[in-house]
Amino acid sequence: MPRWLVWPGLAAALLLLPHGLSFSQQEILVFLTINVLLVASYRLLTLTGEWSLGHVVIMGVGAYSSALHSKLFGIPVPLSMLLGAGTAALIAMGLSFPLFRMKGFYFLIGSFAAGEVIRLLWKRFRDPFGGPKGLKGIEPMPNFDLGIWRFDFFEPVSYYYFALVVVGICLWILWRIERSPVGLTFHAVHWQDKLAEASGVNVRAYRTLAFVIASGFAGLAGALLAHYIGTINPQSFDVEQMVFVLTWAIVGGTATFYGPILGCIVLTVLNDIVLRALNEIARGTWLAVVDFDQARPLIYGLLLICSVLFLPKGLESVVQRLLARRTASVRAEEAA
Amino acid sequence: MTVPFLEAEGLTMRFGGLTAVDALSFRVEHGVIHGLIGPNGAGKTTTFNMISGFYRPTAGQVRLRGEVISGLHMYEVARRGVVRTFQHSTLFAELTVMQNALVGTHMSFRPNIFAALTGWDQEDRRGAKARAKEALDFFGLLHLAGTRAGDLPHGHQRALGMAVAMAARPDVVLLDEPFTGMNPEETNRMMALMFKLRDSGITILIVEHDMHAIMGLCDRITVMNFGRLLTEGTPQQIRSHPDVIAAYLGGARHVA
Repeated sequence: MPRWLVWPGLAAALLLLPHGLSFSQQEILVFLTINVLLVASYRLLTLTGEWSLGHVVIMGVGAYSSALHSKLFGIPVPLSMLLGAGTAALIAMGLSFPLFRMKGFYFLIGSFAAGEVIRLLWKRFRDPFGGPKGLKGIEPMPNFDLGIWRFDFFEPVSYYYFALVVVGICLWILWRIERSPVGLTFHAVHWQDKLAEASGVNVRAYRTLAFVIASGFAGLAGALLAHYIGTINPQSFDVEQMVFVLTWAIVGGTATFYGPILGCIVLTVLNDIVLRALNEIARGTWLAVVDFDQARPLIYGLLLICSVLFLPKGLESVVQRLLARRTASVRAEEAA
Repeated sequence: MTVPFLEAEGLTMRFGGLTAVDALSFRVEHGVIHGLIGPNGAGKTTTFNMISGFYRPTAGQVRLRGEVISGLHMYEVARRGVVRTFQHSTLFAELTVMQNALVGTHMSFRPNIFAALTGWDQEDRRGAKARAKEALDFFGLLHLAGTRAGDLPHGHQRALGMAVAMAARPDVVLLDEPFTGMNPEETNRMMALMFKLRDSGITILIVEHDMHAIMGLCDRITVMNFGRLLTEGTPQQIRSHPDVIAAYLGGARHVA
């Protein structure tokens, strides 16, 4: 396939995709699109070598903030999403002062603690966060007519298109950042912070920058989620969700931009589509004794262990191996 | 009286009960190669770490052109023109040789995230690339630009460490044992490059164990022993100084 066809081809496939799916699968597709943004933003943070356990809570900050902006101040929904992302980035900026006094494992634990504090604040304060029950009846995206397609955002397909555009733009921005000198500096901070500092890099400022940008995009993902499902509570952003994000990143691998995205897609398809299908097939046969729905965490954990054992560099390493032959020939051309 | 270019005054570093460097004072003239030598454990590397901002001195000051730079962060010291290399092969092992050098250009071409997103930094990117290429070329590494730094042979890694420092166009460069693990041929080639650097106006402060290199390279040498200044002078003076010989070989006074 010629190279220029790849992107239009992918776009067409993504646009057609929901029409071949069932309603519940369409819903999963929306969540998947949002999660792709979440895990891609998480990778930006891991570029500087830090792994956070508070990323999902930061996503929640975006969700709560966007929901409250639209509810309390009547700010129109797409705009409130941006405000939600901004709030998440601001909170991250504040958190960075205590958190980036730590590195590595200590940062991991510190970020977890900071996240739990935020989550407990949501639980504790009924006003305005709604307490343990969270927020209900969050303002949906306003419908609009594009002529060729009437956007009714209660329809998963419509929301999928909207999320696809937003996530596409965000991924493009994240990609530009990574390939820029700023991204190179992130890598430098990761691999040798002392040498980077000796080269005049303000290491802490760059760690903060990565954290703030990653949090902003996570916040936007949270806002996208909140205005789709219409109800959020502290439980939706607990550490279990964080473990999912970690699993996607680990199974996919974090060496490349597409690694975590790949992990997210593959595991979601496995988890929500293959397992459900298996359940359907098993029903009525002797296999019905195995409840695939209940076995889901078991299978997920098994996949994580298997991927760490047999694919320590993640799914991306498989793709890299497949592409290696092609890039080798491209390099030979460039050299010639 | 003119302000000394680089000056350490009463520099002291204590780690708990151990005084690694004790009230060390010395001056480095502009545009010379200045050696800092001494037996193992004399406090040379600690001194280096204080000058470069890696450690904050317990007492004393480091001044660059009269401005106090001790106690600043390492990146702030670097931005004032004092760039260091590290012992062993401290590199961005996972990045390519070219990317390593590009990180070195960070100060001259400060990345800006908004410019990077809009693509308005093309000029800076080209400038940084040209500067990185120049530094790699100087150290004879340009043909390896696409190689992963961790895959380079040891001698080349040392050279790359210096190329990263040089890409920053420093006024002073602090070299921490640059000749470790180099064969005599590589050492000689590297010495020639250092003379070239000095003649282009860069001041070099160097810690090294290779006496052949130090004696042939330095314009001036400061000798340390047990964290204190032992003596200072030209290589000829140092070579024949009884205290230096005693410190290195264990003189009669110590034996008795």
